[in-house]
Amino acid sequence: MTAADATVAAERDLGEEVVKPTKRSRPLIPRLRNTGRSFLLTLIVTCLVAAFLAPMIQSASLSLKSRDQITQPGAPLWPADPVTFDYNGRTLNVYQVPINGQTLSLALLQPGRTSSTFVDPADPTAPPITWQGSWRALTRSFTFAPHFENFSEVWDLLEYPRLLFNTVVIAVVGMIGVLLSCTLVAYGFARFRFPGRNLLFLLLLSTIFLPAVVTTIPTYVVWRQLGVIGSPNAAIAWLPLLLPTFFANAYDVFLMRQYFMTIPREMDEAAALDGAGPFRTLISVIIPQSWPVIIAVGIFHFVYSWNNFFEPLIYLTTQPELQPLAVGLQRFNGIHSREPSLLQAGTLMTLVIPVIVYIVFQRVFTRGVVITGVER
Amino acid sequence: MKPLERREALWGFIFISPWIIGFVLFTMLPTLATLGLSFTNFSLATSAPLAFVGLKNYQDMLADPQVWASLEVTFTFAAFWLPMTLIVPFMVAVILNSPSLRGSSLFRILIFLPYVIPFVAGVLIWQNTLSPETGWLNEGLRALGWANPPDWLNDPTWIYPGLVLVGVWGIGGAVIINLAGLQNVPTELYDAAKIDGAGWWGQMRHVTLPLMSPVIFYSLTLGLVEVMQYFLVPFVLKNGTGEPGGSTYFFNLYIYKSFFTFQRMSYGATLAWMLFVITLVLTLALFASARRWVYYAGDRNS
Repeated sequence: MTAADATVAAERDLGEEVVKPTKRSRPLIPRLRNTGRSFLLTLIVTCLVAAFLAPMIQSASLSLKSRDQITQPGAPLWPADPVTFDYNGRTLNVYQVPINGQTLSLALLQPGRTSSTFVDPADPTAPPITWQGSWRALTRSFTFAPHFENFSEVWDLLEYPRLLFNTVVIAVVGMIGVLLSCTLVAYGFARFRFPGRNLLFLLLLSTIFLPAVVTTIPTYVVWRQLGVIGSPNAAIAWLPLLLPTFFANAYDVFLMRQYFMTIPREMDEAAALDGAGPFRTLISVIIPQSWPVIIAVGIFHFVYSWNNFFEPLIYLTTQPELQPLAVGLQRFNGIHSREPSLLQAGTLMTLVIPVIVYIVFQRVFTRGVVITGVER
Repeated sequence: MKPLERREALWGFIFISPWIIGFVLFTMLPTLATLGLSFTNFSLATSAPLAFVGLKNYQDMLADPQVWASLEVTFTFAAFWLPMTLIVPFMVAVILNSPSLRGSSLFRILIFLPYVIPFVAGVLIWQNTLSPETGWLNEGLRALGWANPPDWLNDPTWIYPGLVLVGVWGIGGAVIINLAGLQNVPTELYDAAKIDGAGWWGQMRHVTLPLMSPVIFYSLTLGLVEVMQYFLVPFVLKNGTGEPGGSTYFFNLYIYKSFFTFQRMSYGATLAWMLFVITLVLTLALFASARRWVYYAGDRNS
């Protein structure tokens, strides 16, 4: 079976789990022998994947840390606060003190250069303990303390609700544009014979290879001369981002055309015999059978738009109040680069929605990527 | 043409017309305008009258040391980047496809996950992880005994490996394409190779790689187009300064800066057109080479 065959065979069920390892049935004895190998391989891959995702975990951990912890030497990797102990109206710092071969958490009562006295927070009524050594060499005791208030602080600083609204509107309107235009164009390429069809389709696909900057420069100039860039009206200022989505794009047309071509032509012909015109056929035959690909293209565009950075950056530079999250986050990075906890909190708040969308629709993603990738 | 055929063709054109209009408005005319601007002194910043200046921008370009420096940066980075985008996803897919691996679909989901993370967010996350003092990567390297691990993003020697590490988060799509390609290799071919005495490497060399060559070709072509335009990750990290030591002054960054920062719009257009020509030549060269090394099982007569 060739790649193309497999794609065509798999295309009809976009929602199905298609990409999974080929499991060949094996006799029992070699299988048992392989259990050890299998365990080892799975263990190694688990470690590698954990390392691959570790940056996200470090980001999540940092986003919950207090400002104090970041500057505190010897602080743990997880979000934590230094432990203190209230003793007779004084707030004492708690240190890790090595005594008689074991490490105790003791509150520093009387610091001294060569010896200090400590009280045991577990037993404050006991006489203070004297310890020989420099207290400055000791590390503080920490207790797990996630600072969720970082997120509420970023919520305000980033003007999250406003940027979220901008991002969602741009993504959803663009999604409608892409779905309308790409459905029509893909239907045209999939079902009608016309002179130059293959050449035009090739031209469509070749636009993938065109560096974006080649078209960006004059397009930017024209939008600016039209007064669109810098317009206080969101509907106008967002035009450079939204208008092109209504004129189809190579990836999504390709994806939809491949899908439409797997729908049997007999169904079109039956509809035509009933007197349905091409539009009627599209609406009553093609679309009802194409929900998987329509959902896939819609989600793809949603995530693409959410993550798009360069175009909103150049078209909305002067208008922070109209920017989507990706651009807002970069601006936030410029202002608050010395507050790493807040920065990472903002980062997580920017990525959470596409990640949820992906987890919910992950099979759709896989199928879409496979069709656009393997087919050619 | 018979009337029925003419009707069908007409409907076809009606349905694809959104793309045709869009192609003319947003692709063809702008591309030609970029070419046209490159022969003028156009700028939005000055009030000087628009004039045709012939090949002046092109002469300036050839004499501009930054052009050559930026091309060198771009090609040097490509030498790091392209092997990573080809080899890592392929190897990950081979491992995920192993019948001995348990939970492979969970791993696949996790490996694709960073692909959907907004690019600015991904860059900021990595900036934190690659931080020389507090980043987990260097903490790990120190734990493994490397006393002075590199300052990945601020040292010109280490910046490309650092940027490649950031890029590893984008392998999800390529892994899935490679995985699908691997699963389409017929099992009979492996069995036949085993009968012929081929070991793991023999099967890889004579079965997997030839049958995967279309996928490799696809990844290489798109990777090339992508790397020629690369600049946004260091643009966010370094605020478009090209630091450290000009090592992130990519060709596309220079176009961006010529146009938006220096307001030399016609010069930016000239550079953009140059980028287009270079990309086109390299892509065509790749397509020409494909006959020699890409095996199309689709030629079913073989």
